[in-house]
Amino acid sequence: MLNPDSVGRTFTGAYSITVSQSEIDAFASVVGETNTTVAPPTFSIRASLEESQAILSNPEIGLDWQRVVHGDQRFILSRPIVAGDVLKCDSTIEGYKVAAGNEIVTVRSDLRDAVSGEVVVSTWSTLVVRA
Amino acid sequence: MIEVGTVIATRIFAIDRELLKAYADASGDHNPIHQDEEFARSVGLPNVIAHGMLTMALVGKYVSDFAGSSANVLEFGARFIKPVVVPAGKKVDLTVSATVSAIEGGRVRLDLVATSAGVKVLGMAKAVVKQ
Repeated sequence: MLNPDSVGRTFTGAYSITVSQSEIDAFASVVGETNTTVAPPTFSIRASLEESQAILSNPEIGLDWQRVVHGDQRFILSRPIVAGDVLKCDSTIEGYKVAAGNEIVTVRSDLRDAVSGEVVVSTWSTLVVRA
Repeated sequence: MIEVGTVIATRIFAIDRELLKAYADASGDHNPIHQDEEFARSVGLPNVIAHGMLTMALVGKYVSDFAGSSANVLEFGARFIKPVVVPAGKKVDLTVSATVSAIEGGRVRLDLVATSAGVKVLGMAKAVVKQ
């Protein structure tokens, strides 16, 4: 079970993420996108989910990542991600409830430009830990 | 001419195991439920299922094409309501369509529908793009 004290807490990612053209190319290729001057709209999920997994799997937080399924996902894109971007990820556990034995956790992740500090994309992920 | 109520042309994407592997590599999501049939069945799934975020990435491509570029996608969200089941050696469809639900201040809102094998796989799927 999730430690209730963790709800509302914001965690700052330990590392900055440098986006490479080859990562954008690989993601674009899967969906058949030929314009790779900017990343596809859901590209940032790689960084945000990895960060969420690192945070929520921390024994202090107590979420069982093995049993997590993705409930929903939302993105607000302030500008497209491009190769060479250096991004920092802040994640906040915004919501938590238990329904029919399933734990439902909402995590917001803001990916910021590490240089300017501007938010590039905000994402909300609802993660369901199956009973 | 795009106006409220305009229906955007349906597009069919093909999903197979190779695409799941390519998405796993591109996204870093190597959860075995998307690769390993035995594992998927052991956790109660009917077969290997597509990553919800792969489904969303393909719908994202549909939205980017409508918008003229990924750079014009401002918001995108969906709920994962049913899995896309991907048996070995088969290509399954992801059929995507959309209706313009609002146009306001240079922003076009789309209500999206995504089905596989006739079953709706995304709920509340919406996007906002630059006009």
